[in-house]
Amino acid sequence: MTHSTAVPTKPWAKKPIDYLRNLSFFLVAILSAYVVVAITPMKGKLGYAFTFFVAYAFITSLFALVSLGIPAAKDAFIKSFVALGAVMTVIPIVSILGTVLKNGLPGIHLGLFTHDMSMATPTDPIENGGLLHAITGTLTLVLLALIMSVPLGILTALYLTEIRGKFSGPIRFLVQAMSGVPSIVAGLFILSAVLYPIAKNYSGLMGALALTILMIPTVARTSEEVLLLIPNDLREAGTALGGTQWRTVAMIVLPAARSGLITAMILGVARIAGETAPILLLTGGGDKVNPNAFSGPLGSLPYYIWKSFNAGSPEAITRAWAGLLVLVLIILILFTLARTLSSRNVARR
Amino acid sequence: MNLNANENANQESGKTMTTSVQPSSLSSVASANPQRTESQRAQGTGLETRGIHAWFGKNHVLSDINLDFTAGSVTALIGPSGCGKSTFIRTINRMHEFIPGAAMAGEVLLDGKDVYAPGVDVTKIRLQIGMVFQKPNPFPSMTIGENVLSGLKLAQLKVDNKDDLLEECLIRAGLWTEVKDRLDTHGGALSGGQQQRLCIARALAVRPQVLLMDEPCSALDPGSTLRIEDTIRELSDTMTIVIVTHNMQQAARVSDYTAFFLSEGGPGHMIEVARTSEIFSQPKDQRTENYVTGRFG
Repeated sequence: MTHSTAVPTKPWAKKPIDYLRNLSFFLVAILSAYVVVAITPMKGKLGYAFTFFVAYAFITSLFALVSLGIPAAKDAFIKSFVALGAVMTVIPIVSILGTVLKNGLPGIHLGLFTHDMSMATPTDPIENGGLLHAITGTLTLVLLALIMSVPLGILTALYLTEIRGKFSGPIRFLVQAMSGVPSIVAGLFILSAVLYPIAKNYSGLMGALALTILMIPTVARTSEEVLLLIPNDLREAGTALGGTQWRTVAMIVLPAARSGLITAMILGVARIAGETAPILLLTGGGDKVNPNAFSGPLGSLPYYIWKSFNAGSPEAITRAWAGLLVLVLIILILFTLARTLSSRNVARR
Repeated sequence: MNLNANENANQESGKTMTTSVQPSSLSSVASANPQRTESQRAQGTGLETRGIHAWFGKNHVLSDINLDFTAGSVTALIGPSGCGKSTFIRTINRMHEFIPGAAMAGEVLLDGKDVYAPGVDVTKIRLQIGMVFQKPNPFPSMTIGENVLSGLKLAQLKVDNKDDLLEECLIRAGLWTEVKDRLDTHGGALSGGQQQRLCIARALAVRPQVLLMDEPCSALDPGSTLRIEDTIRELSDTMTIVIVTHNMQQAARVSDYTAFFLSEGGPGHMIEVARTSEIFSQPKDQRTENYVTGRFG
């Protein structure tokens, strides 16, 4: 038995000198941005960002040209544009989150989660009243919409992928058209078709009905795409084992698509959780926690935010920002939950 | 609507054609299989096909297949790609009808009853005629154990002792010693050959009398192929096996009878069927000899 003296190395890995060089390029680019802004008429954040980008792209490309030649220089140049695209996509999101955090935090206090606004008006000091009615209202609306739209959406997707009936074409077209329906149209439809002639009263259910209309196409289309990814082999194997189509779909196709279907649900929730227009028309937006979603006005976060901004006083506007922060946090929590749930299922395979 | 009308027309023409050719082919089949005794037929383990034709849309892919499968034997179907072997075995357990535009004519007799007769419960037919596919396809959402027993759940069958059945099926498929300690893990972690044996075990759990295998070893390495061939030989004691293969050595190793299919530009048809030793040593047809000796195809 001979002993090998070889040690594992990574000749392709970056060395400290490379990191140092990149850092210096970065610093030089920042410095030149300052210099350019100082000596030219360009002003403001945009000027800095623009000159920094140009300088960084120029320096890295030049270095690549000198050390590795023209193809490498082109590569470095394109790379900086790709990075620019990625950064520019993230900027608005980060900026929104930052603004919401900055303006919302002063309005956050524990009482928000234990009190509602039945004993306070938006112009009261922030310590009075809270968001409880809005948070419970939003969760109620989302839950109701979820209960109604997920079965409908998944059944639609199953019709399109498993049954492939005569009406697949028209139904697919209509579902796609439905996903473009403006939310105010869904709200007005429920208002004129259900609320005025039948229910005659504001309630959470009315809002949830409108949200369901908005949510079904998202759930149906995402589920359809997920189900199409399930290999046909599995369906054939299930049928060849003596399963009826329904047993095969329920026992094999749906479990195999489980993580994707959860994603479809969450995308649907994200589509509707912050929806405002139909809520304004249909729920009546009460200031008191309403445990009954089927009768009486139901508060919700979007409604609360809209109402507080309209009140106009500094306290009311702080309330609105706090409401925004809570809404964003709820959606973030839902997303994270869905991601971990679906990735756990994938890992189990 | 137009397409449907054409299919119907095809089906009709196929049916009339079959009835016209059936009597002569019946007698020829009977004489070609002298081994088959009346007692075997009476045991109710028979699988016979009568004048099977198949179409995809207007494309006539399979013509007039008359083949008797002896109970407890292995029959290999050989022939070049596109000669209709896979289509033929998919007509036997009625998987053919899942392909859009598919049509067929003829009869598949299981214990003397046509599986295409009106009022036949298709799912029962597929329980009696199991199938193993070309690509291993264990169910990804189930563990190894659940995979083996999935047929029972799919068909809503009750069985007294699931653990015994699980062990029995895995032993017969030659997989038990490799997986007995990890029945609760997912099948995706197994090698390709193990996955295919898992699929065989899964097919055995519903106790079929016939097992159709569509190129079961084409995606596997030689070692796994030999394991599966051993499995096939052992299974043939208790069931009728039909195997499609492109591997001539495999056909020679595992089968008792071999049928040679050829398309020759038109629909695929059967050139001859005989004991495997005869097909490989003294085939009656020159085309069979050319094929098994590697001169074409």
